[in-house]
Order: sequence, then C-alpha cells, then structure tokens
Amino acid sequence: MSAELDELYQEVILDHNRRPRNFRALDAGQKAEGFNPLCGDRITVYLSVDDGVIRDVAFQGSGCAISKASASLMTESVKGKTVAEAQALFERFQQMITARADAPVDNLGKLTVLAGVRQFPVRVKCASLAWHTLRAAVDARNEVVSTE
Amino acid sequence: MASIVSTPRDSLDVAALRAEFPILRQRVHGKPLVYLDNAATTQKPRAVLDTLQRYYVEENANVHRGVHSLSGRATDAYDAARETARRFLNAADAKEIVFVRGTTEGINLVAQTWGRVNLRAGDEIVLTELEHHSNIVPWQILCEATGAELRVIPITDTGELRLDAYERLLTDRTKLVAVAHVSNVLGTVNPVADVIRIAKARGITALVDGAQAVAHMPVDVQALGCDFYVFSGHKVFGPTGVGILYGRRALLEAMPVYQAGGGMIGRVTFERTTYADLPYKYEAGTPNIAGVVGLAAALDYVTGVGLDRIAAYEHDLCAYATAALTSVPGLRLIGTAREKASVLSFVVGDIHPHDIGTILDRDGIAVRAGHHCCQPLMTRLGVAATARASLALYNTRDEIDALVASLHRVREVFE
Repeated sequence: MSAELDELYQEVILDHNRRPRNFRALDAGQKAEGFNPLCGDRITVYLSVDDGVIRDVAFQGSGCAISKASASLMTESVKGKTVAEAQALFERFQQMITARADAPVDNLGKLTVLAGVRQFPVRVKCASLAWHTLRAAVDARNEVVSTE
Repeated sequence: MASIVSTPRDSLDVAALRAEFPILRQRVHGKPLVYLDNAATTQKPRAVLDTLQRYYVEENANVHRGVHSLSGRATDAYDAARETARRFLNAADAKEIVFVRGTTEGINLVAQTWGRVNLRAGDEIVLTELEHHSNIVPWQILCEATGAELRVIPITDTGELRLDAYERLLTDRTKLVAVAHVSNVLGTVNPVADVIRIAKARGITALVDGAQAVAHMPVDVQALGCDFYVFSGHKVFGPTGVGILYGRRALLEAMPVYQAGGGMIGRVTFERTTYADLPYKYEAGTPNIAGVVGLAAALDYVTGVGLDRIAAYEHDLCAYATAALTSVPGLRLIGTAREKASVLSFVVGDIHPHDIGTILDRDGIAVRAGHHCCQPLMTRLGVAATARASLALYNTRDEIDALVASLHRVREVFE
C-alpha cells in the first residue's frame, strides 16, 4: 500500500463509511439532492435550521467511501453551528482538499482526516458533493446539485 | 508485421504485439501500466501513430478541392481509406461507408435523417435493456419530435437478450430495431444475426451499434444483413474523433441530408441547391482527413493480426480472467452470458467501484468505475455502479494476475 492510499483510506474514514453517522431522513425542515452524473453518486441532505442555527442535519444516499465518509463527518461538524459558520467551514474544507500536496494542512478538527483527498484530484468531487448539497439545502433550492 | 506472420496460426505473439504500442511501456505510480480500460478507448500501435505523422508531414492538404499535387495525394489517401473500411466490414460498395465522428454521431445521423422521414406518431422503435446512452437518447429525441415510442427488449439476469420477448414486442408499428453488437458493461455478444433476421422478415429496419465489437471479432455487414452498422475508430486502435457509419445504399440514397455545407453539394444557387452523390452527401465540411487515414491504418493493423486470431486469444484470456476474478472472495461478476467478449464487470462486497478504481490505479492498473453510460441497465441490474476490466489483444494473463493481486489489497483496505 502506498503512503497516499494509507492517508486517503484512514481508519476514521473507513469507519464513517461502514457506519455513517446521521444516516437517516428528517421529517421536517429543508432538504436538497446532490448528484454526480459521471459516477452516479447520489445524496440527499436534510436540514433543520432554527434562528440561523443548524439544529439537526442528516443524509441518505449511495456513493463511494470518500463521499459517504465526507457526508457523515460533515453532519457531525456542522450540527449546532450557525449557517454562516457552516458556510465558512465549507470554504476552508474546499481549500484543504484542493490544496497542493506540499501545502500545510489546515486544522479542521475531524474533517482534517480528509486532507488526503488532495493527493487524488479525481476524488475531490466525491468529498465535496455532500457540502455542495448542504449549501443547496440551506438555500432551500429546489433543484438537484451537481458537482460537474 | 514480420513478427506476427512468424507466430503459429491461432495464437498471438503478444510480446511482439505489445512492443508495437509505445504507451504500454510506461510505469504508473512506479508500477508497470496494466491497461484494462479498452472498452473506453484502445491504445494506438506504431502503425497508426506513424501514419498520422506521415500524413501531416508529407500529405496534408484539403480533399476534393485542389488541383495541386498535395491535394491529390490527400484525396487518394482519403478515398483509399474508404475502400479499406468497406473491406473491413465487407460492405458491397464503398459508397455505403460514411465517415463520421464516431458511433454517437453515426446513430444521431440515422435518427435525424432516416428517422425524421420514416417515423410517424404511434410508430415504435425497439431497443434493448443493455444499450449505451448513445443508442437510447438519440431515439428518445426522435420520439419527442415524431410522436413515436420506444419499446425495450428485456435481458435475463445473466445478461442475455430475451429473444422470445423481442418477438412479442414487434408489431405492425415497429419501424426500427437498434441493438448493440456487444454490451460495453456485460460483455454479452448479442445474437445480432437473429435479431436482424427477425426484424427483416417483418420489413423492419435494423441498426447495429458495433462500438464494442469491431476490435474483438470479424464483422460482415452483408452476412449480418443489417441496414446500418456504426462504430468508433478509437475503440479499434485508431484515432479519436473519427468513426464509420455503414448504411445500405438504397437507404442512404433515399435519406435526407444531415449537416449542410461544403463538400456535400452538387450545385448551389440562392434559389436551390442539389446535393452530392454518396457518400459525400453526408460529409459536409472538411472531414477529419488525418483521422480517417489513421483509422484505415488501424483497420489494416487488426486485419493484419487477424480478427479470428484476436477473437480466439481474447476468448481464452476472458475465460482465464473470469476464473481468476471469481477466486477473489466477495467478488461478483456482473454479466455471465454464454457468449461474451472482452468485458468483465464486477462488484466486490459493498466496496464502491470508485474506491476499487483508486486503489487499483495506485498499482498501475487502469479500470473503469461507474455506470458506463448505461444508467437504465444499472437500474435493471440493481447496482449503482460496477468496476469494469476490459481487454484488448495486447493484454496478458500476467496482467490479469496483477489485477487479482491488487483486488486482494482492496479487500485488505476495507476489511
């Protein structure tokens, strides 16, 4: 196994793939669908926002280990945050996974385990699909988001 | 090609063949490249690369235009390529060979010309469950324009066409049957001769998508009896951006023009334009001359190796790969038809095919992961995606062994 693969498929990521957190639907609130038409990954993000604060967030769908783990970690990271804080976190996350391989890694708490994605440019879309879908759910956009 | 001629009949000197494909010499992530994505595109032999180079260095000019020598040479090469393609498909007449961009454009051409004048509201087009999007969507668009409807031949769980269901689908309103020769996901070799015979007995037009067939088996359009046969050059060791539409002459002559412009006209006035005879009628604008000449070199190349020998070699390799892959715990082959060619789709437990593809890539192994432009088929199979290893004449048992070893590593990661 190469060092890059070890970094990509860390135990935390494999664990979130096997047992994704907040993997359920929410009855109330906002939702949006994300779709990666090239690879067929699909995700629905459910959101309950109250007074600008994300009270609950969940997801369902099918995808690779990276997209599923990223969605799972995202739900854990944004729950309890304000919408503006979640948006700022998305921007830092996006920067982290698209940075050059030798750039210093931003400390994003649990999300930092996904920094290995930067070594695999074709997998960036997998890691960011959930976040794009979250943003659409926040905006209550009635459309399917695509990472293409 | 002396190295090929010297090998015994019915076997390929694969080491010598591989030496003719420069790209195969490279390493990926420090490992020898194992290229198993041939259903997406094939690599190019020296004969094709040299032909492209020579064309641009020695012959480049526009065709059917100039009185000068270069234009004459380019035109000769272009016309000779059409004859090469005719021979390759055993078409009755070189005028039945139309150069297009690829399979997709060939099908769109038939849909937008033959289809527009031959389909009415209520007419029916019969496809199969295993078609590529490029043999579905052009017909859907035609249906929207004409009010015609799609009918779909179901497949069995192993991936074979249900011919009994096919016959029941045919009605007096069926105008076209469009079917893949070989499935790009399942590897199924469809019984296209039977499909065509049944259609023709009822006066139904038949189109065959040969994209996944031509690199792997001999094709004889007269023996098949089809009305249209389309394929892409890049899947048969030729350049990208060029392909062939074969059409029976009577149909091509009756069909309206496709794109309009230079090269496809007879006489133009502002009042009225007449069109060129076949095949130029369908080749508006300056064609992909280098691509056409390169494609002819590719067709000569596979003909020189021998498509019967390629088919026999790949059949053996496919059987070896099938046995080797099924030894991997948790691996399930998708597509186990009795007649298969060169494609092995699979899933491994609940490991997503993208993760498989990423890990294999780090071992230098190129496979495709995804829905393979066959979303309706994926729905039928109940899988979101598959990993797909697809073979060509230069693949070896050692490469299959490398694939299997790497799949064991995939399982270790996800255990």
